[in-house]
Amino acid sequence: MARKKDVILTNGIEKVYRMGEVEVNALCGVSVKIEKGEVVSIMGPSGSGKSTLMNIIGCLDRPSSGEYYLDNELVSNMNDDQLAVIRNRKVGFVFQNFNLLSRSSALLNVELPLRYAGVTEGRKQRAIKALESVGLGDRVNHKPTELSGGQQQRVAVARAIINNPSIIMADEPTGNLDSKSGEEIMQLLLNMNKEFGTTLIIVTHDPKISERTQRVIRLYDGLVVAQ
Amino acid sequence: MNLGQAIREALESVSANKLRAALTILGIVIGVAAVIAMLAVGAGAQDTILGSISGIGTNLLFVFQGNLQQDVRNEQPITMADVTAMRDEFQAPHIQEVAPIVRGTVNVSFGGESTAPEIFGVTPEFELVRNYGLIEGSFITDDNVNGLASVALLGPEVADKLFGRRELITGETIRIEGQPFRVIGVLEPKGGGSFGSQDNVILVPLTTARVRLLDRERDHVDVAYVQAINAESVPIVTEEISQILRTRHRTKLGEDDFTVYTQEDILSVAGTITNVLTIFLGGIAAISLLVGGIGIMNIMLVSVTERTKEIGLRKAVGATKKDILIQFLTESSLLSLIGGIIGIIFGWLISFAVGRIAAASGTPFTPNVSLDAILLATIFSTAVGLFFGIYPANRAANLQPVEALRYE
Repeated sequence: MARKKDVILTNGIEKVYRMGEVEVNALCGVSVKIEKGEVVSIMGPSGSGKSTLMNIIGCLDRPSSGEYYLDNELVSNMNDDQLAVIRNRKVGFVFQNFNLLSRSSALLNVELPLRYAGVTEGRKQRAIKALESVGLGDRVNHKPTELSGGQQQRVAVARAIINNPSIIMADEPTGNLDSKSGEEIMQLLLNMNKEFGTTLIIVTHDPKISERTQRVIRLYDGLVVAQ
Repeated sequence: MNLGQAIREALESVSANKLRAALTILGIVIGVAAVIAMLAVGAGAQDTILGSISGIGTNLLFVFQGNLQQDVRNEQPITMADVTAMRDEFQAPHIQEVAPIVRGTVNVSFGGESTAPEIFGVTPEFELVRNYGLIEGSFITDDNVNGLASVALLGPEVADKLFGRRELITGETIRIEGQPFRVIGVLEPKGGGSFGSQDNVILVPLTTARVRLLDRERDHVDVAYVQAINAESVPIVTEEISQILRTRHRTKLGEDDFTVYTQEDILSVAGTITNVLTIFLGGIAAISLLVGGIGIMNIMLVSVTERTKEIGLRKAVGATKKDILIQFLTESSLLSLIGGIIGIIFGWLISFAVGRIAAASGTPFTPNVSLDAILLATIFSTAVGLFFGIYPANRAANLQPVEALRYE
């Protein structure tokens, strides 16, 4: 079924939301394949189901039906705690609004996935190294409120790569940034892909971003219209 | 995530919202302080009451005429012959000492002053049985008893009233019921007891009291104070006394015409009363602790709602339900533990103040902050935090990451 080189393989996944009496089909049988090391963007107008697909691929949510293999592992029928472990080991998230812990320093924010992974030794050094690799070696002890938007997003990127994930899920990573910082973040993400071969999936509606990815998956009304 | 990290994160989170944490803790502080203070006051009261009962004399039993439980015909009084029989170490090997006593209330005067203390007609054994010490002078001797001597020992309160001092009284002549008595000494104070003051007394020889002051029949004794050789043998002594008196009085089976009253009877009644008092006070205090716990639950629920997004993020980077549960439980337990520690200090100060106020108003009374109470309060307050933290923590742990991340 799954080929060895596919890091992501979905097979007819559907997602049905129940809103009171009405059932809404957010995804109506989506099958996508993403190979290891690819840079892919997911595009579509709002309501097309791209956020739903991102949540499922990022293991934040489960499909109503269909199969999803991540790294040749069937994750579509795992329970909440198993998914938590998968997210911890295999997925790095970069969100539009950064989602950093505002009370904790950059270092602690980057360390967080390691803490939940149960890593006790060398956590701090690894976090510092990750921060250095995104160019924030001199901002280790700053809190998010003391950093600019671009710097905050760099912290988020450092947090995403700290556990050597199989995929980085970036949801509108440049959406809250000015064009210069956005460009820097984009460059940073592409560098990570080049340097470590990490699969990069960017959800966006900005054509300038999608132009720079190798492949675009377009969604419309819960269906894949191009990939 | 291990516990050390959980505690560190909880501390960070608590210190990020200091005012709110302080107000939340306040409920627990008041609850724990109330528990500590109430238990301390209760224990102090118990110590004071039991102490004053024990102050009557150790291993002491009282034997007197009559049966308190049932009517008995043809009651015989306790006599000096009964006392002599009880002193027999073959018949009653566990009895250390027997002190026969007649007692009553008399008028005592010196100069223009007069007072009406309790008078005890006693023998030299009384000194040992009652643990009396002397400020000055000497105790009543066998010669005094045999010779019907007109001598008296004054309790410190009587000395205060008649002379305004407790020393240099020996040799003075006072009048008891109008008859002259020479003072041969002053007793050391024993403090107020539950049977009236033990210091407002006057002691004279048994025979003198019987013949000249209280008009008792020959050889009759009002009460015999019996001292057991140790506290453990008190029940045996009760049995020995009963055997001797039953034989001597030729009582019918089950119709004792005398009563043996032990210190333990008094202690156990008083102990029960003070225990009820302590439980009652502690119970009231526990209610305030409960209210404090509900305060914690309230704030933790607010905190969970406020931090929904943070919980979503933590879950996104790999926190399991258990991780989130532990995080919030640690936080609520920590809040109430800090509250508990402050409450213990506060409660200790309150009981100290209560002790001071009691001392100032003339009732010497030491509130007793026991280690038990401290442990109880610490464990209980942490348990309150844990218990009232379960609901909010569960709510946090069961949040779906997608919805939590989307929460604004």
